[in-house]
Amino acid sequence: MGNVIQIENLTKSFGDFKALDQVNFEVKEGEVFGFIGPNGAGKSTTIRVLLGILKGTEGKATIFGKDVWEDAMEIHKRIAYVPGDVNLWPNLTGGEVIDLFAKLRGDYKKADREALLERYKLDPTKKCRTYSKGNRQKVALVSALLSDADLYIFDEPTSGLDPLMENIFQEDVDRLRKEGKSVLLSSHILSEVEKLCDRVGIIREGTIIEKGSLEELRHLTRHHVIVESNETLNGLESVDGVHDVQQDQNKYTFQVDTEKMDAVIKFVSRYSIMKLESAPPTLEDLFMRHYEGAGGEGE
Amino acid sequence: MSELLQKSNQLLRLTTRRDRIRALIWVLSLTFITVIIPGTFNSLYSEQAERDAMAETMDNPAMVAMVGEGDLENYTIGAMTAHQMILLTAVFVGIMSILFVVRHTRTDEEEGRIELIRALPVGKLAPIHATTIYVIGVNVLLAVLVALGLWIQPIDDLTLEGSLLYGATLGGTGLCFMAIAALFSQMSESSRGAIGWSIGVLLFFYVLRAVGDIGNEFLSLTSPLGWVNRTFIYTENNWWPILLMVAFTLIVLLVTYQLNAKRDLEAGLFPSKPGKAHAPKSLLSPFGLAFRLQRTAFISWAIGMLFLGISYGSVLGDLESFFQGNEFLTEMLVQGEGYSMTEQFISIIITVMAMIAVAPAILAMNRLYGEEKKSRLELLFSKPVSRKVVMGSYLGVAFINAFVSVFLAGVGLWAAGSMVMEEPISFGAMVGASLNYLPAMLVFVGVAALLIGFKPKLTSLTWAYLVYSFIVVYMGNLFQLDDWIQQISPFGHVPQLPVDDFEWMTVVIFSLVAVVLAILGMMLYSKRDIHG
Ligand SMILES: Nc1ncnc2c1ncn2[C@@H]1O[C@H](COP(=O)(O)OP(=O)(O)OP(=O)(O)O)[C@@H](O)[C@H]1O
Ligand SMILES: [Mg+2]
Repeated sequence: MGNVIQIENLTKSFGDFKALDQVNFEVKEGEVFGFIGPNGAGKSTTIRVLLGILKGTEGKATIFGKDVWEDAMEIHKRIAYVPGDVNLWPNLTGGEVIDLFAKLRGDYKKADREALLERYKLDPTKKCRTYSKGNRQKVALVSALLSDADLYIFDEPTSGLDPLMENIFQEDVDRLRKEGKSVLLSSHILSEVEKLCDRVGIIREGTIIEKGSLEELRHLTRHHVIVESNETLNGLESVDGVHDVQQDQNKYTFQVDTEKMDAVIKFVSRYSIMKLESAPPTLEDLFMRHYEGAGGEGE
Repeated sequence: MSELLQKSNQLLRLTTRRDRIRALIWVLSLTFITVIIPGTFNSLYSEQAERDAMAETMDNPAMVAMVGEGDLENYTIGAMTAHQMILLTAVFVGIMSILFVVRHTRTDEEEGRIELIRALPVGKLAPIHATTIYVIGVNVLLAVLVALGLWIQPIDDLTLEGSLLYGATLGGTGLCFMAIAALFSQMSESSRGAIGWSIGVLLFFYVLRAVGDIGNEFLSLTSPLGWVNRTFIYTENNWWPILLMVAFTLIVLLVTYQLNAKRDLEAGLFPSKPGKAHAPKSLLSPFGLAFRLQRTAFISWAIGMLFLGISYGSVLGDLESFFQGNEFLTEMLVQGEGYSMTEQFISIIITVMAMIAVAPAILAMNRLYGEEKKSRLELLFSKPVSRKVVMGSYLGVAFINAFVSVFLAGVGLWAAGSMVMEEPISFGAMVGASLNYLPAMLVFVGVAALLIGFKPKLTSLTWAYLVYSFIVVYMGNLFQLDDWIQQISPFGHVPQLPVDDFEWMTVVIFSLVAVVLAILGMMLYSKRDIHG
């Protein structure tokens, strides 16, 4: 299977400021790729370069093997995009905007339109000026889902949706995956990424610092372990791979590097154990580790 | 009341901080163009006899329509300055006030900034009150600087009282349009609408005064711009127009504050009605979208330009009777040029109308950058839509605006003129004389397109260029400006029909220049980043 999106050493500078610095990642055909990172990390900038709206300063980015800047028109016939901040024309109705976008893409399925409007509970007769943030986002979502694209690019698509709508959106992404479409999904909602994405890339300060399947990434981080014992676990702190030991009477809470799990269990099993709990690292832990130190970055 | 105004002072500080450079540039430029005039006149017309000759040529309806009335009996340097300069300057002061008010009321509201402020322990009326105080401050500063700048000059008849009145008249006009803009900021849901309506009212008052000054004094007295010249600065020094201006401002502001306190945030006067669930065919293309977004503005300008033409046309009859009573003028001008005074008047009026008609065209073109600033292009360009097609659509809308505006102005001038004139000018000649300006007008559209493609932050240069053209062509007749100063503007080259002969070359050359600028603009636009 080929790569739908291929980004190699992409750099984007705004004056002296490097918003993207040597970004590398790829989205494979038929996968849902999660794109995450703290505020101001460069997610939207990357997506805008992919859309041919911003011109990369250096490096190369292709979609369907075509250059994102030179062949933007060709590429756009096969993609659909939903921005995080949907700005629409205040004096057009939602229905008019959906029709306009559908027409500009060239394909048009009337029946699907009504079904999607129903599904997302969107009133197409309202002027865009009077829509709430979530409803503006739904206009963009309906318009994107209405199009029969090969690649869907979503930039924080659910940031304004209520939980019910979020669920519906997640179902729709799942359906897209089953239909063999490719999806690039940038999001701050970790449970959403965990649920939907095959692989994720983490960007911080314009650089990709981690990428791979969730399984692979979990290996990079630590399990939470809770042990209760009526003996004292002497020397637990000094076992290789054990971190942050906290003791509360006979209850020990600590973290273990995934690849050192085996040795740690062997060490603990020498004592009499009343209770042993081990939780795999959540995506949240992973992010926390990577996000830390990125504070203060932004506009 | 004090509850409603709470924290206005802090907001005032914020506003002043945001605007200090912008306000200073406006105030200093307006002061500068005012205070350099007396000295210029003093060197050009140093003898009273020369000034009286000037007064004689000013005593005709075309001039009265443009600059308003003056004290032609005592045409001192001061009286001359006030007569020829104050109305035009007052118009610009009005525009300044309008832009400042809308910027800090409706624009801030539209962008959601007022919402943030209103969530703080701040009075309901504080944002509008802070804006009002701020714009009053700017106008007072302008008034003081102008008064000082005039008074300190070593020219005898620039008295202290007259100089103060000069400043007060400019400031007072600023206040009137401040109030008008504040009112429209309550009624219109968009900043674009608020500016459009306010400037429309300003033009209306200008034309109302022109018609009044020529025929019916009462009409002039109903227009704030009609009050401006009735101060007769440096001769009679009437202060009553200032009182009228202040009273007008207070009344309009009172209504405005009441509307502001009553209405919902981000709402206009009328609630939004549901619209169509499906888009009409006419919307479904980049051009259709560009046109639809500007439909209201297009229709308003078209009607406005038609009325402008009709208003000027309606005085063409009075013109002839005016000449019959003035043998000196008739002889001098008719024999000199081989054309009647009416025809000369018409050619000047058409030039002015064509320059006004450039405004809707530039607005239509700059809308493309406005869309970008509002981040509405991102979604559009994620579709298979090329940049060239989108810019081409806005060029098309700008072209239509330019064409229709100048055409309708000509039609209005012809229609009203032919009803009141004894020997009407043919439709073809009148409309032809108007359309003759179209290529020059399109040069401005080309410049706007080029700037949007090249460096959109510079789009205001297009306006500067239009204002420059207006001033040099307008004043070229009054001051003996060097030719090249006028020729920097396309309007300096266009033959003024029907007095001058038609030239194919200017039409062809300006059309080519406009096309080349537009193509350059499209090429650059395809190559740059779109910021949203
Ligand atoms: N036009 C621009 N000029 C200068 N700097 C810019 C411009 N656009 C973006 N940036 C900067 O680039 C960086 C990346 O911004 P970007 O919008 O890509 O962040 P993001 O990852 O999408 O953040 P968020 O999660 O908040 O949406 C930010 O520091 C931002 O300030
Ligand atoms: Mg973003």
